Amino acid sequence: MIKTADVVVIGGGVIGCSTAYNLAKLGAGKVVVLEKKYLASGATGRCGAGMRMQWGTETNCLLSRESVKMLSHLPELLNVDVDIEFTQNGYLMPAYSEKMAEQFKKNLVLQNSLNIPARWVTPEESLEIVPFLNTKGMFGATYCAEDGHCNPFKVTEAYAQAAKNLNVEVYTDTEVQGIVTKNGKIISVRTNQGNIQTDTVVNAAGGYAKTVGRMVGVELPIFPERHEILVTEPVEPTMGPMVMSFYHNLYCQQSPHGSFIMGIGHPNEPESYNIKSSWQFLRDMAQRLVEILPPLAGLNVVRQWAGLYDMCPDRTPILGSSPALNRFFTAAGFSGHGFMISPITGQLMAEMIVGKPTAFPTQMFDAGRFERGELFVEPSVV
Amino acid sequence: MNHNDIIICRCEDITLGEIREQIAQGKHTLEEIKRACRSGMGPCQGRTCAPLIVNEIAKATGKPVAQIPLPTFRPSTSPIKMASLLGGDKHD
Repeated sequence: MIKTADVVVIGGGVIGCSTAYNLAKLGAGKVVVLEKKYLASGATGRCGAGMRMQWGTETNCLLSRESVKMLSHLPELLNVDVDIEFTQNGYLMPAYSEKMAEQFKKNLVLQNSLNIPARWVTPEESLEIVPFLNTKGMFGATYCAEDGHCNPFKVTEAYAQAAKNLNVEVYTDTEVQGIVTKNGKIISVRTNQGNIQTDTVVNAAGGYAKTVGRMVGVELPIFPERHEILVTEPVEPTMGPMVMSFYHNLYCQQSPHGSFIMGIGHPNEPESYNIKSSWQFLRDMAQRLVEILPPLAGLNVVRQWAGLYDMCPDRTPILGSSPALNRFFTAAGFSGHGFMISPITGQLMAEMIVGKPTAFPTQMFDAGRFERGELFVEPSVV
Repeated sequence: MNHNDIIICRCEDITLGEIREQIAQGKHTLEEIKRACRSGMGPCQGRTCAPLIVNEIAKATGKPVAQIPLPTFRPSTSPIKMASLLGGDKHD
């Protein structure tokens, strides 16, 4: 194992790999990625694989808009031969109350002001997009045809390959056990495979970001929360867009492979590292799904699993350096939408770390916002 | 006969050649190979292909079969219709 590095990235998910690639591209010197298991083994590889630009805060709209642009030609951008299954079949987000419709229309004004091509559709128009949608109780929906899907394993693989091509060292099966500091500076990172001397660390540990923060006495307001998900047998293409209902707390999308991937949020899910599947999820998921997409009751469930959202109180990630420790950077707290914004996030992180001007202002992602009370609460999360 | 054309994962149509390609790229666990090419993600959940792929990994790495970790076994045991999962709350 390498003995010294200019930057050590902790976490081999899509954020860690994207950050490492961008660091190498900007000439940050020797960059190392440390991954406890294998690439995309955490939140990245367990996510719903959706990609949307329909958000309720300017920051999330910008992050996702820029990322979709990059994902649309990622293999060329990274000069790698990996098919990331980039598909733009849209997101349809139905509203079930006047209040919800009002919030959605507010979001639309914001999205359109940022050139995100989302629009309001009536229940009748929704049926043209998803013919078997149950529109009972629906006030309408927002629809963005340029939202869609990418394969999280492949996007991570693409970034990892591109990073390796720029001489980034990627160590899997390598668990960080501690970070040594002295006089407010990082000295080295201790792993189960040896120590690496470095003065710069990026915490991209997803659900474990808080644990990594505590290794250097930095308390991050990020907490892990289990979210469950399932996949069905593959069938002929029958549903174009992701259907995402905040009323049912549900999302469901047919992947290019033909299988349907779906999940629900549980309002009483406690903070924990639990990633076990539950039988209750299968029942709750099926009950809610057939309410809104009745014909899917005929599909066979093939597999269920769970993963951790790295939740932040305002559902906006923390990106940037820590006020408490020099050169300790955090890229976590994505609250369930890290994968889809990983391309621009990696770029912003790398720009901050090498001290270049960032693509757009990053002050709102600063960890200090919680103390200052400057929160940008994202209303649109399942 | 070209052995590389043999189907190893019959649910997802993955050939021996594709599996060997993944192993050659440095993917030495079932978990990694599965995520790269979908082997073991179909209706049988790897019951057929897992032991075959383990043998290939063992051959390529020189590790004994017993040291190749098995992947996580996830529910359900066999495919089950959404419609069958709906009821049961009220002893119906």
